[in-house]
Amino acid sequence: MSPHPSPNPTSPASASAPATIPILRAGATRRPVRLTINGTERTLLLEPRASLLDALREGAGLTGTKKGCDHGQCGACTVHLDGQRALACLTLAVQAEGREITTIEGLAETAADPEADPVLHAVQRAFIDRDAFQCGYCTPGQIMSAVACIREGRTGSDDEIREAMSGNLCRCGAYPHIVAAVRQAAEELA
Amino acid sequence: MKNFDYIRPETAAEARDAAARPGARLLAGGTTLVDLARAGAETPDLVVDISRLAAAEPRLGAIEALEGEGGSGGETLRLGALVTMARAEADPTLRLAAPAVAQSLALAASPQIRNMATLGGNLLQRTRCPYFRDPAAFPSCNKRAPGSGCSALGGPWKGRAALGATASCVAAYPGDLAAALVAFDAVVEIAGPEGVRDLPVAGLFLTPLDAGSAARDTGLAPGEMIEGIRLPASAAAARSTYLKIRDRASYEFATVGVAAGLDLGPDGTVRDARIALTGVAPVPLRARAAEAALLGAPLTEEAAARAGRLAFAPDPAGPDSDAPDPGAARFKLTLGPRVVARALLTLGGLA
Repeated sequence: MSPHPSPNPTSPASASAPATIPILRAGATRRPVRLTINGTERTLLLEPRASLLDALREGAGLTGTKKGCDHGQCGACTVHLDGQRALACLTLAVQAEGREITTIEGLAETAADPEADPVLHAVQRAFIDRDAFQCGYCTPGQIMSAVACIREGRTGSDDEIREAMSGNLCRCGAYPHIVAAVRQAAEELA
Repeated sequence: MKNFDYIRPETAAEARDAAARPGARLLAGGTTLVDLARAGAETPDLVVDISRLAAAEPRLGAIEALEGEGGSGGETLRLGALVTMARAEADPTLRLAAPAVAQSLALAASPQIRNMATLGGNLLQRTRCPYFRDPAAFPSCNKRAPGSGCSALGGPWKGRAALGATASCVAAYPGDLAAALVAFDAVVEIAGPEGVRDLPVAGLFLTPLDAGSAARDTGLAPGEMIEGIRLPASAAAARSTYLKIRDRASYEFATVGVAAGLDLGPDGTVRDARIALTGVAPVPLRARAAEAALLGAPLTEEAAARAGRLAFAPDPAGPDSDAPDPGAARFKLTLGPRVVARALLTLGGLA
């Protein structure tokens, strides 16, 4: 983590450059950005600088994806872009146009009985079984990362899991249980 | 974050034209630029998104073996600038041809970031100096605001450069990939308004003394864009390793990073040696004196230790007489030689 956490100062938008190609203008108001989130297409009004993380949380109302450091240092904002894990805080929302975005809200499957609760993903169940969290703030990112880690086949040993999950920090220190949950889910999904 | 205009050109030529405008910055994976823009250390007026250019220009996103190139060691490998770190680290040809390069990628950042970040962007990442990255708390930074001073000079940041620092800037270059590429004579292909030019990776980076200012990290001109990296095959690259020493086991920048390669004859004589360092100087450093000292003799513990010392010895021809005290990074002068020696001994089967 940075030893000197800084605020995120904002300043008035700059003069815009001459445009010969489609452009999102800083001076102009927000403009529509089409995002496919958990299989549903959404059009959000966004500034060019909006991160995918802010677009998900404040634009789409999907607050499962967490803002930890907002600097690519903690992994709390991990989502999948076209099935690959990525950090929503370092992705501009406009960059995600046309890509499949999956968040923690998109992992569970709707049950056959519409009255029943959704069926949790094996990794979500494993995190509950193994008590793989304390405060839970990093958990959505941990789970999104774990789903990808298992898909990437990087669960051959606890050391391999630790390395493949190293982009997700847990300040409660639930790491041993997280590794156990990833191991359990990997076995179940094998 | 200051707001900016955003465009997503369809072709590399359009992207380069846009990048030549004042205040423009190229955006590929975003892991450096978005981070620095949010911190206020970069304030682009125009962000030129090149992340989808490979659709129109496939070589930007391809890993190719170039036929008819390369010497005795085999073919030259060409890595498109928009290849992600994750794709390159998993590439079987690269892993065989230059394990140190593949390892330098696999040991960097996190899987999430390696899925996003591109090779061209990785080379152009900026220093992790916490003073550079925090303009709100530290207005003085010659890298951000030339002439404003250096907040890090007397500070406790141990990540700073231990070799080649100047009183104007003590920032260290942090990238792992660049060191591995420098060790094995890789070349960057740069396209710009004047056409395409080649530059050795080692020549891409400028020290504050080279550039005449800490503000400029590389010799890239406005409107120029890295389009690919050519990595020539060599026996030393095929027998190579990247040793990264850092404060935690993963997801951390190098305190000292060493890319090393050896070509050993049948009797164990060193026929070729490559050593490059990162995290210790304003630019990735090739340790040529250390390499030369290893040639023509068998690798021994003594020879490896001597090479380590030479790699961290001040260059007598260099400008180090004006260098500031390494301060909080002094320990790197003790640690670094040992990291070099360990990398060499590992390659020689002696560690």
